[in-house]
Amino acid sequence: MNDDPAKSEVLIIDDEAQIRRLLRVTLETAGYRVRESDTAQGGIAEVTFRRPEAVILDLGLPDMPGIEALKRLRDWSKVPVLILSVLGEDEKKIAALDAGADDYLTKPFSGGELLARIRVMLRRAQPSDDLKVLRFGSIEVDLVRRVVSRDGREVKLTAKEHALLRMLVLNAGKVITHRQILRELWGPNAEEQTHYLRVYVGRLRQKLESNPNRPEHLKTESGIGYRLVVE
Amino acid sequence: MPEGRPDPDAILASLHREEARALRGRLKIFFGMCPGVGKTYAMLSAARHELQEKTDVVVGVVETHRRVETEALLEGLPVIPRRVTDYKGIQIAEMDLEAILARHPRLVLIDELAHTNAPGSRHPKRYQDVIEVVEAGIDVYTTLNVQHIESRADAVRQITGIAVTETVPDSILELADEIELVDLTPEALLERLREGKVYLGDRAEAAAQNFFKETHITALRELALRFTAERMDKRLREMRGASTATTVWRSGERLLVGVGASPSSTQLVRWTRRMAAAQGAAWLAVNIESSRVLPPDARRRLDQNLALARELGAEVLVTHDESVPAALVRVALQNKATQIVVGKSRNPRWLDLLRGGSLLDRLLRAREPIDIYVVPPERSEKDGAWIDWSSRSPSAPREYAEVFCVIGAITLAGWFLAPHAGYLAIGMLYLTAVISLALRVGRWPILVAGVTSALAWDFVFIPPLFTFYIQKFEDELLFGMYFVVALITGQLTAKVRAQERNERMREERATALFHLTRALSAAQTLDDGVFAALRQADELFSAQTALLLGDEAGSVLTPHFAGSFAIDERERGVADWVWHNRKKAGRFTDTLPSAAGFHVALVRENRALGVLVVRVPPAAELSLAQRDLIESFAAQIALLVEREHLREAGEREKLLTESERLHRTLLDGVSHELKTPLAVLGSVAENIATAEGPLRTELVGEMRTATRRLNRLVNNLLDQTRLESGMLQPKLDWCDASDLVNAAVDGVSDSLAGHPLEIAVPEDMPLFQADTALMEQIIANLLLNAALHTPAGTPIFLAAGVDGPRQRIFFTVADRGPGFPLEMRERLFQKFQRGDAARAGGLGLGLSIIRGFVAAQGGEVVAGENPGGGAVFTVYLPWQPHADVPAE
Repeated sequence: MNDDPAKSEVLIIDDEAQIRRLLRVTLETAGYRVRESDTAQGGIAEVTFRRPEAVILDLGLPDMPGIEALKRLRDWSKVPVLILSVLGEDEKKIAALDAGADDYLTKPFSGGELLARIRVMLRRAQPSDDLKVLRFGSIEVDLVRRVVSRDGREVKLTAKEHALLRMLVLNAGKVITHRQILRELWGPNAEEQTHYLRVYVGRLRQKLESNPNRPEHLKTESGIGYRLVVE
Repeated sequence: MPEGRPDPDAILASLHREEARALRGRLKIFFGMCPGVGKTYAMLSAARHELQEKTDVVVGVVETHRRVETEALLEGLPVIPRRVTDYKGIQIAEMDLEAILARHPRLVLIDELAHTNAPGSRHPKRYQDVIEVVEAGIDVYTTLNVQHIESRADAVRQITGIAVTETVPDSILELADEIELVDLTPEALLERLREGKVYLGDRAEAAAQNFFKETHITALRELALRFTAERMDKRLREMRGASTATTVWRSGERLLVGVGASPSSTQLVRWTRRMAAAQGAAWLAVNIESSRVLPPDARRRLDQNLALARELGAEVLVTHDESVPAALVRVALQNKATQIVVGKSRNPRWLDLLRGGSLLDRLLRAREPIDIYVVPPERSEKDGAWIDWSSRSPSAPREYAEVFCVIGAITLAGWFLAPHAGYLAIGMLYLTAVISLALRVGRWPILVAGVTSALAWDFVFIPPLFTFYIQKFEDELLFGMYFVVALITGQLTAKVRAQERNERMREERATALFHLTRALSAAQTLDDGVFAALRQADELFSAQTALLLGDEAGSVLTPHFAGSFAIDERERGVADWVWHNRKKAGRFTDTLPSAAGFHVALVRENRALGVLVVRVPPAAELSLAQRDLIESFAAQIALLVEREHLREAGEREKLLTESERLHRTLLDGVSHELKTPLAVLGSVAENIATAEGPLRTELVGEMRTATRRLNRLVNNLLDQTRLESGMLQPKLDWCDASDLVNAAVDGVSDSLAGHPLEIAVPEDMPLFQADTALMEQIIANLLLNAALHTPAGTPIFLAAGVDGPRQRIFFTVADRGPGFPLEMRERLFQKFQRGDAARAGGLGLGLSIIRGFVAAQGGEVVAGENPGGGAVFTVYLPWQPHADVPAE
C-alpha cells in the first residue's frame, strides 16, 4: 500500500481563506502537498490539470452548490472527495455521499480527525485486488471463503448479515448511507425501511462486538449511515 | 368674567371650528327672498369668475328654468351629467353625487339646496348631499330661498298662504361659510316678471299668481333681509370672540317647550327655536308621556316633532307624568330652564274647568320663578282631527262586543233575580260587572259599559218598568249616583291599568338595559358579549340584528358571526356610510331611508368601532323609544368593543415588555457568553507563543474549552432560532437507543469530565421513531444541563426504557445536585431561565430547546425530584413497535 503523504497532493476547495489556511497548515505539517481554490469552477479546473490525489470540498461555495461541483467531478474523475459541512446539513451530506463523495467532516473538526479521514481515503483509492481477508480487533472476515470468526472461533451469520458485513468490509473506513445499504441488500423499494438496518446492525453487533452497546467497529454515523472502523 | 377678556374655551372652540373648516370644503349660499331674484345667475357669474382664476369648477346641477340670460352663463362650464334613475317607470334625472365625489373638483355648483331627491337616492334631500360633498373637502356654491328655511317656513306660510314642503334645517345655514344675499326691489322683480324674464314653468304659474303679489314680496324680502342681518349679527359676535359663552347663552336663559303629537306642536317648536336664537339661549324640548296610549299616527307625528326639535338644536327630553303642567315645571326646575313655552289651549272652556283649569292656569299656579310664553295656535283645517279615535286599538270591536254581552247577560240574569232581590241589588250587580269589565277592556268600551248598564237598569228594572222615566226621587238619586260611580270607577280602573302598562314598558326597558349590561360585563370574550347583546336585541325588538366591526386601520368593516341575518351589498353600503360618518342611517332616518335596516354607529371617543344594524319586517315600525334603546345598546356594545381593544392593546404592551426583557437578556447573555471564551482565546493566543512545557499544554486545554463553549453557544442559538422560526420539521426515523446515547455522550464527554456517568439502556430496548439529530441534542443538552448545575464529582445517571402499556419510551437524566425549588418547575423550560445554582456559562436556552425539540416529535419532557436528592428530567416519546423485518 502506498499512502506516503509526501507523494500525495490534496486540493482544498473552500471560499473561506482562514479555513484554507488552517487546512493547509494541518496537511503540510503531516507532509502532504496542498493546493487551494476558492471557487468550484477553479477547483474543477485544478482537478483537471493537477490530478490531485484527494479533494476537500466545502458544500457552501459562492459560484455553485458543492453538490453540483461534486456531480461534475464525478462525471469523469474518481478522485476521493471529502465533504466539509456545518451542523444541521444532514440532508446535504447524505445527498453528497449518495452522489459519490467518499467521506464528510462537520465543522468545527479537529486536525486529527481530518488527517485520519484523508489517510483512509487515500488508502482506499489504492488499487488492492488482494483484499480477501480483513482483520480488525479480534475479528477476521474471509470474503472468499465467506467465513467470519471472532477470537478464532467461527461466527454463524445469516446470508443477509453476511451481505451487510461484506458491504461494510469492502468500504472499510468509509461512510455508507442507509439508502445505499438498503438498496443493495433489500432493493430500491426498501430505501425507507431503516428499521431493517437497525435490526441487522444490532444483530451483527451482538455477534461481533465485545460490548454491543458501545461498539468499537460497527459505528453509527448519526442520521447518515454506518462506518466500519478497522483501525 | 371681566368685560373684554376673551374666554380661552371660546377661543379654543372657535379655533376648532376653524380647523374643522380647513378640512372641509367651503359652503357658499346664494340667498334670496323668492324665485326670480337672480340667485342662479349670481352663482354662475361667481363660478365664471373662479374659472377665469383657473379654479377647477364643475356644475353638479343647475336649473336654468330656460331663462336665456342664465343659460348663456352656463356656456363653457364643465358639467357633470345627471344620473337618470327609473322610479316606477318615470325617468328622473338627479344630480350624480357619486360622480362629483369621484371627480373631486375644487368647486362644485349645486343649485336649489332645498330640492327633494328622487326615491332611492342616497339621501332624501339635496342639502344632505351638499353636506357630504362639503365634508369630502369640496367647495360648494348653492342657492336658497328664504321660504325654504325650516324655522321660517311658518312665517312664509302665514305671509303667502302657501305651504312649503321642501325645507332645509337651519343647521345647514350654520354650516355655511358665506351667505350672499341676492337682493332685488319688489318693483324690479315685478318688472322682470312682466317682461317675462322670469319663466316659472306651467306648473308654477297658478301658484305664482298668488305668490308674486307686491305685499307678499315685500314681506318675504323683509324676512330675507332680517335673516341675513341676524346671521351677520351672530357672526360678528362670534368673530369678536370676546365672550362666546355669554353671547351664546347671553342671559343664562334656557327655554323649555312642551312637545306633543299635535301639528301645533310643530309650530311651537319652530317658534321656540326662533326665540332661542334671538335670545342666544339654549332650549329644551320635552315630551311628557302619560298613560294614554297614542295611536300610531299620532305616535309618528310625535316622533317627527321631537326629531325636528333635535334637528333645530334642542336638547330633547322624554319624561313620564300624568300631569302635564307638573311635569313641565319639574323638568324646567331640574334643567334650570327660565322660560316655558306652551301653546294656547284650544280646548272648550268647560273641559279646562273640569280639569282644574287650562294648562296655562295650572302652570301659573306653580308660582315658580319661570316666565311663561303662550303661543296662539295657527288655524289649520286638520287641527280638530289630529287624534284618530276610531283606530285606537285593534282589539276595540272585540272589547265592545264583550261589553254588550256582559251587560246583556246581567240584564237576563237580573230579569230572573229581580222578583226575589229587588232592583237595587240588580244595580249593584251592574256596578260589579262594570268594574270587572274595567279590568279587561279599554277606556272607551268601559264608558260605553257604564252608560249602557245605567240605561238598561233604568229601562228594565227601575219602576215604572220599560221606560226611561224614573218615578221616585230616591230612584233618580240612586240612578244618578250609579251613573257617576260607574263612570268614575271604570275610568279610574282603566287609568290605573294604563299606568301599569306604561310602568311595565318602562320597567321592561330598564330591565332590558340591565340584562344587557349584566350580560356584557359577564362576557368572557368579545364574541360572547356580542352574541348575548344581539340575541337580546333580537328578542326585545322582535327584529333581526347584525353587527359589523371595523379593523384597527379603519379600512375594512367585517360582519360579526353572531348576527342573525346576512348583510347584503346594499346594507353594507349603508353600514359603510354610517361607519365613516359616525351617524345613524337607513330606515327611520333621513339618510338612505330606503334601506331595510336601521344602522347605528358604535362610537367611542369620536372613533366609530363598528355598526349595529337592526332590521324589522317592512310592515313593522321601530318607535322613537325603541330607537333610543337601540342606540343605548349600540353604546353598550361600543363599550364592550372598546374594552376588548384596550385589553388587546394591554396584551400587546405586555408582549412588548416581555420581548424587551428577552431582548435585553439575550443581549446581555450573548455578549457575556461570547466575550468570555473570546477573551480566553485572545489571551491564550498572546501567551502561547512564549509559553513552554506544561504551561503550553494548559493553555491549549483552555483554548479547547473556550472553543467548545463557543460552539455550544452558537449551536444553541441556532437551535432556538430554528424552533422559533417554526422551520423545525422533525425527520422521524427508526432509532436505536444505544446509538443515540453513544453519539450524545461522545459529543459532550469533554464537558462531562469530573462527573461519573452511569448509563442504563436495557438490552431489549426496542427501536422507536424519532429524529436522530434532535434526540442526540436532547440527550446531550440534558447531560450538559446536569453537569452545569451540580458540583463536580457528583454522578449523573442516564437511563432509557419502554413503557409498553402507555405506548411510549423514555429517557431519564438524573443527578445528585441541589435540584430545583418546586416553584421553579414551571419556569424551568422557558427561554433564558438560568438556574440559581448554575455556574458561569450557559444562556439558559438548554431546557427551552429540549422542550421545543421534544414537542416537535410529539413527546413531552417532565422535570421532577430525584428521590435521593437532585433533579430528574424525563423525556417521553410516543412509541409503536416497528413492522416485521422480512425473514430470510
